[in-house]
Amino acid sequence: MSFWKIAWRNMQQRALASSLTGLSMALGVALMILVMVVHAVTVEQFEGDAQGYHLIVGGAKGGDVQLVMNTVFHIGSAIYPIPYSSYTDFVDGKYAPYTKVAVPYCIGDSYHKDGYKFRVVATTPDLFDQLSYGADDQGNDINYDFAAGRNFREDRFFEAVVGSVVASKTGLKVGDRFQPTHGMSSDGEKHIEFEVVGILAPTGTSNDRAMFANMEGFYLLEGHALPPDDGTPVDQSYKPSGEVDPQDPNRGFDRLPDSMREVTAILVLCKDDFGMMSLDNAINKSKDRATIAVKPTYVVQDMLDNLVGPARIVLMVLTILIIVVAGIGILVSIYNSMNERSHDIAVMRALGASRTAVMGIILSESILLSLLGGIAGVLLGHAAIALVSPWVESEAGIVLKFWEFSPQELLLIPGLVVFASLVGFLPAVTAYRTDVGRALGGGR
Amino acid sequence: MLLLQDVRKSYTEPNGETLPILDIPRLQLAAGEQVVLRGRSGCGKTTLLNCISGLTTVDAGSISIDGKDIVSLPEVARDRFRARNIGFVFQTFNLLPAFSALENVMLGMTFTGQTKDSSRAEKLLADVGLEHRLTHKPEALSVGEQQRVAVARALANQPKLLLADEPTANVDPAHQQQVIDLLRAACEKEKVAMLLVTHSPEVSDQFQRVEQLEELNRAVAAVH
Repeated sequence: MSFWKIAWRNMQQRALASSLTGLSMALGVALMILVMVVHAVTVEQFEGDAQGYHLIVGGAKGGDVQLVMNTVFHIGSAIYPIPYSSYTDFVDGKYAPYTKVAVPYCIGDSYHKDGYKFRVVATTPDLFDQLSYGADDQGNDINYDFAAGRNFREDRFFEAVVGSVVASKTGLKVGDRFQPTHGMSSDGEKHIEFEVVGILAPTGTSNDRAMFANMEGFYLLEGHALPPDDGTPVDQSYKPSGEVDPQDPNRGFDRLPDSMREVTAILVLCKDDFGMMSLDNAINKSKDRATIAVKPTYVVQDMLDNLVGPARIVLMVLTILIIVVAGIGILVSIYNSMNERSHDIAVMRALGASRTAVMGIILSESILLSLLGGIAGVLLGHAAIALVSPWVESEAGIVLKFWEFSPQELLLIPGLVVFASLVGFLPAVTAYRTDVGRALGGGR
Repeated sequence: MLLLQDVRKSYTEPNGETLPILDIPRLQLAAGEQVVLRGRSGCGKTTLLNCISGLTTVDAGSISIDGKDIVSLPEVARDRFRARNIGFVFQTFNLLPAFSALENVMLGMTFTGQTKDSSRAEKLLADVGLEHRLTHKPEALSVGEQQRVAVARALANQPKLLLADEPTANVDPAHQQQVIDLLRAACEKEKVAMLLVTHSPEVSDQFQRVEQLEELNRAVAAVH
């Protein structure tokens, strides 16, 4: 009979105490798994959100973090706009030779329904036609796909597509209309309606939680146009004149002149690395310090290192403490049982078990308890993730893949064995030192 | 087979005084011989069994089993020697409650460092009439059945010597004879020498050789 089997039988004999100590270990490990997986997913999510383009160009005033938070994660207050010419520089201007795709963003409106608030991003169809949102394991681009409908058309000013989370939370379907609110507050003035022409398939990025309107329509909404150069009042400059054809998808509006436009950010996919370096240098080292170009992956990495990293360390320390407490529970449980089992140990010694053998049996029990608790904890942790993942995905658009094991989890098993050996050492030494004669209850 | 020469053992009292327990000039058992050891309480019977099995070290003298002086062996080797050569039957049977009857017998084979043979364990249990109780735990066995498991366990490793420490002390008079018959028959069948400690005259009267420890042990004479 192996030591493991002897240890297992001992555990069965004390089923309730063993189960409770194993459970405390399982809960500790499950918490650790949750922290590790949630951290891994968060990092992946953050890093994944900033993919598909090389640079974000925007106003320098808010700084690089605000620019990335606004543009990539659709979080934070609106940033300072830059001239529309900054965008055209990438399309047919001085930066065009280095640029493969440039996608403008105009941020500032929102949509409110049932207590949910979603950001409305005005952009061009190129966002979904020309850019990808990540790469698969083979390094191939993953392009945007539509769960329903299609991309909005540039010549249909009041078309929009919505992210998957927006669709599920608001119930918006293809063909529905919605009114963006001016600004980020629900108290803002309601703009004229946009028609939903497409629902994005889930991407697992922040774009699932955003709405994308045709920039041409956005410029035509009240308060979005700059005053024209000739001094004409804004209110008179772009409103339809005369009879509006009810069949006209653009409701009688004309395209707003470039001189009356501005953008809040530009996503730039460069032709190559040289192009990226050239643009980076040209924009960030120009005399005009009004615009900056940031590499979103760098900024995100910085944020992860400075914000998420320390938070993770704190959580990990807490969960390690929980596991240590669970381990002490195992120690106390086995140690307290040593009195009642000293007789059994003495019998085993009489049957020929050496001191090291009985020590090994106690250590095996400690290791077995920790390992079984640990394995149960791993399963429990992943089961908990599986349980909450549909909710997290629908609420936040974050895809928690419960079957994906963090590489650090592999360290858990040897770590637990070492830990259990330490924890089991004290009772094992007690077993080692058992006075056989006394424990067998013999006289002289 | 068993030869004790000038074996001495003493304990230190809480007040620091040394209390001699054993001082046995000579005790010998032949191979397969069955000997009863009698003595009043506190005269050192259990200590003697513990010394013979190597569970307790002696202060002086030699204890030779099958030609091997176990006193000179390091502890690990002594444990291994005990596992392979000495069987134990205790007063209270001392079956481990977490293990089935078969596992209790197998447990006796675990510490020999040799290949375990479950078929021998099953055969031993069958020999004592427990072939239908292999998977039962001690709590599900009667007192008599527990004692039979204890005998089977003691013989599991084909020992050369069986030490029985008052094996009938906790058995009702009706079962006493069964236990003794079982032990004697098993030892005869397995050709095992037996040193049986008992207080019972009914038991000792059945054996050809009965040793009175007070007569063997000079320490008892010195104290009393």
